[in-house]
Amino acid sequence: MMGTILSTWIAATLTIAILSFLYKDNPLYKFAEHLYVGISAAFWVVYVWAFDVIPMIWDRFLEYKAAGNWIEAGVLIIPAVLGLMMLTRWLGPKVGWISRWPIAFTVGIGAGLGVIASIQGYLIPQIRGTLLPLFAKSPGVMINNIIIFFGVITSILYFYFSKELKGVLRVGSRVGIIFIMVAFGASFGYTVMARISLLIGRMYFLIYDWIVPTLKLIGIM
Amino acid sequence: MKILEKIINIDRRVIFLLIGLVVFIPLLFKIVTPTKISEPVKKAYEAIEALPPGSNVMISIDFDPTSAPECMPMYIAILRHCFKRNLRVIVLGHIAYGIPLGEIGLEKVSKEFGKKYGVDYVNLGFRPGYTAIMVGMGREIRDFYAQDYRGTPIDSFPFMRDVHNYNDIEMLVDIAHGYSAELWVQYAGARYGQRIIIGSTGVVAPDIYPYLQSGQIEGIIGGMKGAAEYEQLLKRPDMAAIGMPALSISHFFIVFLIIMANIGFFIRRRKR
Repeated sequence: MMGTILSTWIAATLTIAILSFLYKDNPLYKFAEHLYVGISAAFWVVYVWAFDVIPMIWDRFLEYKAAGNWIEAGVLIIPAVLGLMMLTRWLGPKVGWISRWPIAFTVGIGAGLGVIASIQGYLIPQIRGTLLPLFAKSPGVMINNIIIFFGVITSILYFYFSKELKGVLRVGSRVGIIFIMVAFGASFGYTVMARISLLIGRMYFLIYDWIVPTLKLIGIM
Repeated sequence: MKILEKIINIDRRVIFLLIGLVVFIPLLFKIVTPTKISEPVKKAYEAIEALPPGSNVMISIDFDPTSAPECMPMYIAILRHCFKRNLRVIVLGHIAYGIPLGEIGLEKVSKEFGKKYGVDYVNLGFRPGYTAIMVGMGREIRDFYAQDYRGTPIDSFPFMRDVHNYNDIEMLVDIAHGYSAELWVQYAGARYGQRIIIGSTGVVAPDIYPYLQSGQIEGIIGGMKGAAEYEQLLKRPDMAAIGMPALSISHFFIVFLIIMANIGFFIRRRKR
């Protein structure tokens, strides 16, 4: 009980401290900001250690060693060494270049996976999703399909830079920019909703997790 | 005209205060108003509803406290739906700060439905690596999650003994505040044919719609509005539903401010 009250008060105080920045920059805000950065960093370190290094490398190494599976245990040394090589950046420019090797390894894997995923998971399904019948029985479906078809074609035209945009190309690109602007508008609308939702979340916390229980505790409610 | 001039030159802190009040006052009354159910949320609900009892649903907690007001209500609603339908839930995540939120949600909702850890649900915890894990889990989940969040071997839970890869996961729900949603679709969905539902923040939602249109995902729960719709479908209004009046009023207020600012802008330009 006492722990909940204390943690709620700390969270509420820090929320107010952060919100105080809306008035102007102040030491209370700075304190909360620095506290957040520090705790976040520590949290990451502990989590990566407890949920990655220990179970994925150390525990597994011991497991394979106990089973006499030295090949699998040896393979585990490779990522461990690559991870340690990444830390050489801290040791100055003389040995810092070593960190480029694990970075190159990571980039290589990322690029390899990314190329396949982009084609298999984005490009082909999205092209397939655009190949829609322009004449359908339902007028609603037909209108939607026509909008999607022309939206895609004209938006692509807007990004066509190999030839001067004249005539049909110009009209197409002008229509394309309208579609793009509508997409930006929808995105902006959703973003406004998202930001207000965050404020609602904090307000809800302040009212129903902090103010109301506190008033009840002191007997006013 | 002087009023318009004053509105244009208003101190932004006054706007902050007004937005604060516009959000604060409706919240005080805890009013729940009905929300129109959108097609993407309905599809998500129906996809979960159609799963046979005992199916495994994997929920990926890819959000953290910075987006909890949007993501937590949809996570809680999905959990309630799963437990109500006697589906087994496997929680995991790619963002370290999100895992405690996942645990909070599980503790809260499992008590409501009398569900037991290890029997009806399990929390596998956090592993960094996103794509490598998503691809690798198509082969064997144990390669990355041999132990759960508490360090218990997952094979000690009876229902997890039969879960090896995406073939054993009937539905994947990603609650995302970033690009993880697209990664799940591109890696687990495209490569392994995993059925996916995306619950995302409002910022991410517009990027996800093309995947719904192309049939790559089963449904979208977008932002607090999507969460409120899901709560309504469950007939269990909670935080998102309570937040909707404040959201609607604040939207009206923002639209009003945008219109006033534009009118003022044009008047000022004409004067020049």
